[in-house]
Amino acid sequence: MGYLLKGFREAFGLMLHLNPELLGIIVLSLTVSCTALLIATAFGLPLGALVGLKRFPAKGVVISAINSFMGLPPVVAGLFIYLMLSRSGPFGFMGLLYTPSAMIIAQTVLAFPIITALCHSAIVSVDPVIRQASATLGATPLQVTAAVIREARYGIMSGVMAAFGRVIAEVGAILIVGGNIAGYTRVMTTTIALETDKGNFELAIALGIVLLALSLLLNLGLHVIQRKGMRGAGG
Amino acid sequence: MSLTAAAAGLWKSYQGTPVLKGCSFAFDKSGIYILTGQNGSGKSTFLRICALLEKPDQGEVRYLSDGGKALRNDIQLKRRITLVLPKVGVFNTTTFKNILYGLKIRGMKKEDREKRANEILEFVGLLHKKDQNAFTLSSGETQRLGIARALAIGPEILFLDEPTASVDRGATEAIEEIILNLKKKSSSIIVIATHDRGQAEKLADCLMVMEDGRIITG
Ligand SMILES: Nc1ncnc2c1ncn2[C@@H]1O[C@H](COP(=O)(O)OP(=O)(O)OP(=O)(O)O)[C@@H](O)[C@H]1O
Ligand SMILES: [Mg+2]
Repeated sequence: MGYLLKGFREAFGLMLHLNPELLGIIVLSLTVSCTALLIATAFGLPLGALVGLKRFPAKGVVISAINSFMGLPPVVAGLFIYLMLSRSGPFGFMGLLYTPSAMIIAQTVLAFPIITALCHSAIVSVDPVIRQASATLGATPLQVTAAVIREARYGIMSGVMAAFGRVIAEVGAILIVGGNIAGYTRVMTTTIALETDKGNFELAIALGIVLLALSLLLNLGLHVIQRKGMRGAGG
Repeated sequence: MSLTAAAAGLWKSYQGTPVLKGCSFAFDKSGIYILTGQNGSGKSTFLRICALLEKPDQGEVRYLSDGGKALRNDIQLKRRITLVLPKVGVFNTTTFKNILYGLKIRGMKKEDREKRANEILEFVGLLHKKDQNAFTLSSGETQRLGIARALAIGPEILFLDEPTASVDRGATEAIEEIILNLKKKSSSIIVIATHDRGQAEKLADCLMVMEDGRIITG
């Protein structure tokens, strides 16, 4: 039991003293995941809206494809991006392997289908009468689409947060393409994996606590958003 | 009178079943037009087509300016008319912001639209519900919000599809009062689909009945 207590004591020490290594790792984790989320939303929301609001051939195929990619195992995504970015791969010349950019690409690939699918389902569950109502009030087609997206905002926010929960806790993809280089590409999850392996528990425990706190915060936020969105059910 | 409308030979089918069969009608005088008819006779379909939300399979709805000039069915024209749907379709936000929507998309200045929204809420007796989420309004209040949202944009022709269905006697009278006041205030065309006989008699300047896909006047 002694080493456990010692580990926790030292972990709190690191957190209380705002240990620069710890802070650096947390900041990199958040930067990588938030950037990935931003990019994934910038593409996923319009695609989700397009699939949800427009009719086009093979729409069912597109929806199934997005849904299957939602369950993409992170290590598989990591492997795929590794092959793309490795020296002999098609994008090897860019020299991105083992950089934070590679990690952002990997997490974008993981977040994109989740955000697209959840935006799509949030948008199709908006009451169709909203489209008609905004049209009767003089909205242009673009303004109608904006009104529907605005009605789906709580569902969209939950989708983005769900994707955040997935990428921030993910280790497989980021380890393969980032390489877990100290001070450069080490993030919370990869550090926990490595330090635990080496028997250095204090940093691992400190990061574990931070991850847990983040996930609690995230769930709290999701709960609040879903409650706000629920008011829509009565209308 | 500024704007008039005429439906000419409208045909509309859903899944091969004709609903409107060469339906024609001219809204050429200001006043209240009441449209009645059995469930499924095509009243709502007719109103949606007249309000330019849907296209007929055949025939056309022609809008004429005061000079008798035919207008193109573009967004400018669509912004001069409106239809209050039977299921109002309120936005998940405050009552006040629901009213502001139509003004905002027209690019009206902030102070102007807020002033106007306040006046309209006062007019329909919902000012005290201004900051309440519109989803939590009662059905009678929701109907009034639907009318208020439509009135805010100052439509020259107002279509109302069953504005008092599932609303109690008191709220129905309140809505009828709003409609009568509106008629007094502005000399616009108001078209109402309803099943309420009493309401039809109370409000109608012109009675229309939808029967077998056509409109007959009574
Ligand atoms: N989008 C649609 N798709 C398929 N059928 C439709 C559609 N809209 C209307 N219909 C059908 O057209 C017919 C006329 O419907 P409409 O809503 O115009 O009737 P209504 O006179 O307004 O009836 P109510 O008094 O019940 O409101 C009905 O049989 C309805 O089922
Ligand atoms: Mg109807």
